[in-house]
Amino acid sequence: MLLDWAYVAIFAIVGAGMVSLPFAIIALLSPRSSYPHKRETYESGMQPIGQAWAQFNVRYYLFSLVFVVFEVEVIYLYPWAVVARSLGPSAFYSIVIFLVILTLGLVYAWRKGALEWA
Amino acid sequence: MPWYVEALRAVVGTIVIFSAVAVVAAMFGVLLERKVSGWIQSRIGPTHVGPRGLLQTLADTIKLLQKEHVVPGNADPAIFASAVVIVPLAALLDYVVVPFGTTRWGPLVFRDLNIGVLYFAATSSLIVVGILMAGWGSNNKYALLGGLRSAAQMVSYEIPIGLVLITVALLAGSLSTVTIVTVQSHLWFIASQPVSFLIFLAAATAEVNRAPFDLVEAESELVAGYFSEYTGMRFALFQLGEYGEMFAMAALAVTLFLGGWHGPVLPSVVWFLIKLYALIFVFMWVRWTFPRFRIDQLLNFSWKFLIPLALLNLVVTAFFVMVVRR
Repeated sequence: MLLDWAYVAIFAIVGAGMVSLPFAIIALLSPRSSYPHKRETYESGMQPIGQAWAQFNVRYYLFSLVFVVFEVEVIYLYPWAVVARSLGPSAFYSIVIFLVILTLGLVYAWRKGALEWA
Repeated sequence: MPWYVEALRAVVGTIVIFSAVAVVAAMFGVLLERKVSGWIQSRIGPTHVGPRGLLQTLADTIKLLQKEHVVPGNADPAIFASAVVIVPLAALLDYVVVPFGTTRWGPLVFRDLNIGVLYFAATSSLIVVGILMAGWGSNNKYALLGGLRSAAQMVSYEIPIGLVLITVALLAGSLSTVTIVTVQSHLWFIASQPVSFLIFLAAATAEVNRAPFDLVEAESELVAGYFSEYTGMRFALFQLGEYGEMFAMAALAVTLFLGGWHGPVLPSVVWFLIKLYALIFVFMWVRWTFPRFRIDQLLNFSWKFLIPLALLNLVVTAFFVMVVRR
């Protein structure tokens, strides 16, 4: 079990090294020159107006709230799915109750207009 | 086994998988994309470099390696630079649990985690962190919009994928990808779960940001989306991340629904690759056939159609597995 995750850790660490490898080649090969216009932010060839780090409307934040609810639900369902076969009908009915409650939540969010992009 | 043999195996496996994905998925994938799009639009596609244009992407990579990489003066240098590593790394982490085939000594997989499917769901959504970092770090309006759209897309399409994964895990009785493939030796899950397969394909297309769900980098409105400001090899690494993710999603679809490495006569790895490329072709076919969705249509499609459908499908499957077939 721990060995499995040691493998994953090695994969991530060695992988990060391999992804960074091209940068070593870039450092050797690529030309370097700099002047003010080159370092300007691209904005369709115009002088950029202001910064992108301004106030903006994150329209999907209601979606992400509903997402948190559903994602937690999905996490609960994973262990259930593994043992479901050995549990039988009673477990099925209880999970249906669980899902119905969540579906009611989805219907509520839908009716309240949380799922509209506006 | 002594620990250093295990460590050496892990390192060698990582290097093999990374190089294979970079060549088979990214380089060949880009070439295939150009050839398929050319074919669908009655063009020829690349022909000049190598026999029938086969070495085109290699030439492009060499060209990109020699390009200067420009960091915009307004960007946040730390976030801007680290996003380039995170996106391809997140895409490649998926391959830990993909079973490529089987040999006399056991299945050909980097590590058969007992929660493989859950692990895949977790790492495949990690890519959005890199995309958001790239969008925010560039301090470019187009890039920021692309990053935010990507997040909106991810929160919507993660749930149908999760529900489909649970449905398959329910049928197989396990979360290990190797077990899921073994269970399908007689009947592929596409036969018993056609609806799940279609939901998975649609959600996977959205999750890897490909047309008709490619709002993240909609060229006609956002220039290049979240990687507008990236030049040279950094641009190529984002491409590696995207194609790596697409191939990972297709590989998972093969594993879950198309029986993984199972098939007659030919070696198991060949069967896996045939199914993989068939699905990749479907992805490309869809991309060059359908126009792009609007963002509200995209979110509606997930929340008001795919999620209820996936929930219903899960309940019906659970009913058959737990009540009828007992």
